[in-house]
Amino acid sequence: MSLQTQDYLARSGTNALTPPPRARDAQLKVAKLIDVSICIGCKACQVACAEWNDLREEVGFNVGKYENPLNLSSETWTVMRFNEIEENGKLQWLIRKDGCMHCSDPGCLKACPSPGAIVKHANGIVDFISENCIGCGYCVTGCPFDVPRISSHDKRAYKCTLCVDRVSVGQEPACVKTCPTSAIRFGTKEDMKHVAEERIAELQSRGFANAGLYDPEGVGGTHVMYVLHHADRPELYNGLPKDPKINPLIGFWKGIFKPLAAVGFAVTFAAAALHYLAVGPIDPEEHDEEEKS
Amino acid sequence: MSKHLVRRHSYVARVGHWLTVFSFFVVTLSGLAFFFPSLRWLTAIFGTPQLAQLLHPIFGIIMILGLCILFVKNVAHAILDKDDVPWFTNVIEILKGREHEVVEVGQYNAGQKMLFWTIIGLGAVLIVTGIIAWQPYFAPLFPVSVVRLCLVLHSLSAIALMLGIIVHAYMAFWYKGTIRGMIRGTVTRKWAALHHPRWLREIEKGEDAHSSRLSS
Repeated sequence: MSLQTQDYLARSGTNALTPPPRARDAQLKVAKLIDVSICIGCKACQVACAEWNDLREEVGFNVGKYENPLNLSSETWTVMRFNEIEENGKLQWLIRKDGCMHCSDPGCLKACPSPGAIVKHANGIVDFISENCIGCGYCVTGCPFDVPRISSHDKRAYKCTLCVDRVSVGQEPACVKTCPTSAIRFGTKEDMKHVAEERIAELQSRGFANAGLYDPEGVGGTHVMYVLHHADRPELYNGLPKDPKINPLIGFWKGIFKPLAAVGFAVTFAAAALHYLAVGPIDPEEHDEEEKS
Repeated sequence: MSKHLVRRHSYVARVGHWLTVFSFFVVTLSGLAFFFPSLRWLTAIFGTPQLAQLLHPIFGIIMILGLCILFVKNVAHAILDKDDVPWFTNVIEILKGREHEVVEVGQYNAGQKMLFWTIIGLGAVLIVTGIIAWQPYFAPLFPVSVVRLCLVLHSLSAIALMLGIIVHAYMAFWYKGTIRGMIRGTVTRKWAALHHPRWLREIEKGEDAHSSRLSS
């Protein structure tokens, strides 16, 4: 694991003047490609994720939906979302495997105040280094995809690691390994884009004119990409944002506001010091009787 | 009461003040560490960064309890009225150290009153936004967009409060004889005559009435 600490392209809570160690950055970017058009919703990926990562969600209740568990949590890092869309008298069952998108410009990392709690590796994987996590939940507010979850047990943030432990020893993520229809593929981002192109061409030839790749520019592209039959309307897939961006409030809070506040402190302290040097203390003992009566 | 001293702050008001100061101090240092990650070492005031995250809200609540005492004790004297107008028109002279020449201040001057309402207002924003953003207890009950807005408002109002408190502390340092009032509860008559002459006259009127009652 220590070798992985030499390929940080970005590290949370770290000043740009003191960048993290990144000499080992001659790496190809990786990506997971999820082809929703051949996903059968079997949830094997959920099971593989829980198996490999030693996660066990509490057994919940059937609320009349296919989602199970109902949502992401600190013990559920991926979950299948099922949406029934009725259009032109036709029913479409859209299934999307939800989880961390591993953004090239990760909002969680930008929002995180704890040095080294969130890192971006040279291969594009965004990972939470939990020993540095303080459980403040800022990452939750930075994420455009609503992915990170704070554990109520240990008060730390969790999400998909893209199986960074497997990838770093040349294996594919557990969900990819287990997917029975090869709806989830893994490789270099370059290769995955080629695979996606072929799938999109096939979908278009079958009448899905708006089939396309979901690799949103607003977050610098992602290292988890989708092939969608309706790429023009990603919202159909359980509210996948059409143009995800880090919220501008995060940009203000983590950007210009910090130097402004620092200047505010400096100016206030300087004003007090200069004022005291110019006017001096007001001491009643030195004023004697002049104001009496 | 002694000849040259007058009571300015009750015991309860002083306890409230220093309770607020103490909790403000630790909450501010840990909060600055959350705001400026390079100042992470400031979380050491609570031991570890994780403990700071855990205790920051608790001590924030203690600070608000202290502020509640100060609110109850001072709100009646903090209402701005027409007697405060000269203070605003003479603010430059006042900064030059000539407050006693240009205005006749009562229990509190207009600047103190404004600072009072600023602190109370910012305290209210801080407690509301702080509770909404409190992980892992309350934040999950609110939409992420609300929590995000609260975190930004929380840091904005916290920075504003810190700047206000720097001004407050400097003023107490500038006007010698002020700090003893908040520690021992009494100030000298000279101090009161210089900075709060209208308040001193009212006190002395009360003393006169009291002593005349005793002598009759």
